[in-house]
Amino acid sequence: MNSTIPLFAKPSLAKVSVARGRIEIRSFTRSREAMLFTLLFPVILLLLFGTIFGNEEIQGVKYAQVLAAGILASAVASASFLSMAISIAVERDEGALKRLAITPMPRAAFFLGKILMVAFTSIVGIILTLTVAVLLFGVSLPSSPGRWLTFLWVTVLGITACTLGGVAFSSLIGNARQAGPMANLPFVVLNFASGIYISFWDLPKGMQILGSLFPLKWMAQGYRSVFLPDTFVSQELANSWEHGRTALVLCAWCIIGGVLCVRTFRWLPREK
Amino acid sequence: MEIATDVVVEAQGLTKQYKTSKGRQSQNKTVVDQLSLTVRRGEVLSLLGPNGAGKTTTVEMLAGFRQPDSGTINVLGGNPWKADVAWRSRIGIVSQQTPSSDEVTVEEVLKCQRTYFPQSRAVDEVLELVGLSEQRHQRVPKLSGGQARRLDVGCGIIGRPELLFLDEPTTGFDPEARRQFWDLIRLLAAEGTTILLTTHYLDEAEALADRVAVIIAGKVRALGTPAELRNASGSEATVRWGLGAEANEQQTSEPSSLLRDLLSRFDGEIPNLSISRPSLEDAYLTLVEANAS
Repeated sequence: MNSTIPLFAKPSLAKVSVARGRIEIRSFTRSREAMLFTLLFPVILLLLFGTIFGNEEIQGVKYAQVLAAGILASAVASASFLSMAISIAVERDEGALKRLAITPMPRAAFFLGKILMVAFTSIVGIILTLTVAVLLFGVSLPSSPGRWLTFLWVTVLGITACTLGGVAFSSLIGNARQAGPMANLPFVVLNFASGIYISFWDLPKGMQILGSLFPLKWMAQGYRSVFLPDTFVSQELANSWEHGRTALVLCAWCIIGGVLCVRTFRWLPREK
Repeated sequence: MEIATDVVVEAQGLTKQYKTSKGRQSQNKTVVDQLSLTVRRGEVLSLLGPNGAGKTTTVEMLAGFRQPDSGTINVLGGNPWKADVAWRSRIGIVSQQTPSSDEVTVEEVLKCQRTYFPQSRAVDEVLELVGLSEQRHQRVPKLSGGQARRLDVGCGIIGRPELLFLDEPTTGFDPEARRQFWDLIRLLAAEGTTILLTTHYLDEAEALADRVAVIIAGKVRALGTPAELRNASGSEATVRWGLGAEANEQQTSEPSSLLRDLLSRFDGEIPNLSISRPSLEDAYLTLVEANAS
C-alpha cells in the first residue's frame, strides 16, 4: 500500500450542510434584491389588492380573506421557486457552482444548504403574510388542529415541489442578468392563472386549465380550505376542497421536478 | 498501473477540441493538442504561454472538471475525471473566475470552505498567509480585484493540498501584493506542496518555478529550468558600447575576451558599456515567434 496517502476522514455531511445553510441564509438576508423581490413582493401585492378590493364580499366572506390565502401560496412559491431559480442561475453563471464542485464538499450538502435557506425564507414569508393579513385585514387564524395539519402538508409538499421546479428552471436561464426577469415571467403569469389576485372561478376556462397544471393553484386551494369557512367550499369549481387531488398534483410535481433536476443540473457555466 | 511515487501528475497525449460556430457551420478548434506533461512531487512547475495557448484547458483537465477528448491523465494516482471526495480533498484549485456577488464576509467564506476538508488550516492562519487579516469582516463584493483574488488563493490552500493548481493567480495584484504572494508560494513549496502555476508573467515563472513548460498552440514547445530555457535560445552574450554614431553591438560566445580587447583600445572609461545575457523573456519570445509562422 502507498503509505504517503493519509487516512481520509470524511467531513460530516450534517456539519457541512449546516455551514452551507448558514452562509446561504446570510447571503440571502443581506441581499436587498432577494429580500425585496422574493419576500416583500407578495406582501406588497396583498396590501395593494387588499386595500382596493378588501371589503368586497364573496358569499359572506371578505375578499381580503380569500386573497390572503392565495398570497400565502404565492409567498411560499416565491421563497422556494423564485429564490431557487434565481440564486442557482446566478451562481452557475458566476462560476460559484464550479468553485464548489471542485472542492471535496459532499454535493448533497449544497442542496441541503439550499433547503435550509428555503425553509428559513418560507417561514419568514409565511409569518410576514399572516401578520399583515391578521393585523390589517382582520383575517382569522384557524383553531382546529385538523386545519393546521392541512396547512402543514400543503406547505411541505408545496415547498418541495416549487424548490425542485426552481432548481430545474434555473437550467433554462443563460446568464445572471436574465435570472430575475426570466424567473419572474412564468411566476407572474401563474399567479394570475392560479387565481391568486382574481378568484380562480372567475377566470376564463383556458387560464383555469393552465393554472391547474401547476402546483400554485393547488397550494392556494389548499390554503383556502385552511383559512376560509367550510361553507365557502361551494365557490370552488369542484364543489370540494379536493385534498386528495391537491396532494396528488403536488406529489407529481415533486417527482417531475426531481427528475428534471437530476437530468438538467449542471455545475459548470454555459460555454461562452 | 504502477507509477513512480515521486510523480504527482502524469499526462500523455492530451487533446481537447471546442466547437466554434460560425453562422450555421460549426467547426472544431483544437485547443490542447497531444500534450504530455509530468510534474514531480514537491516541485513548482510553471505553465507559460500566450493567451489562448491552452493553459487553462490543460489545468481544467488535470483538475478533473473537463474531460479530455483523448489521452491519459494520472493525478495523485487517480483519474481526475472520476475523482472522489477523498481525491478532491488532496488538491487545491485557484481558477480564473469572476468574484462572487454574495453578500458574505471574507471570514464567513473561509469558515464555510474549511468544513469541506478533513485537515484544514485555521481561518486566522489563512487570513495571515494571504494578507487579508484586515479585511476579515469585509463583504466579498466590496473587495478590490487583488483582494478577491487573494481570497480565492485562501480558499485554495485552506485544505492543506498536496497539489495546488494556480491559474493566473496574480492577475490584478499590485507589485507589493505580488511579492507577498510569491513569498506565500515559496512557503507552500517549502512545506512540500507540489504546485502547478499557470502564468503569462515571465518574471513570475522565473522567480517561482523549478521548471517551466512553455505551451504554444496546445503543445509543450519547451520544458526545463528557467536557466536551461535561457541557454537554449543561444548562449551568446550581447556586448554594447559607445554613444550615438559610435554605438557598437556585438554578439559573442566569449564576452570576456572581447572585453579585454575593448579595455586595451579605450583609454579609461568605455562609454555606455553593457554586457547582457539572453533573459527568459528573450527565450520565450523567440519560441513564440518561431511557432507563430
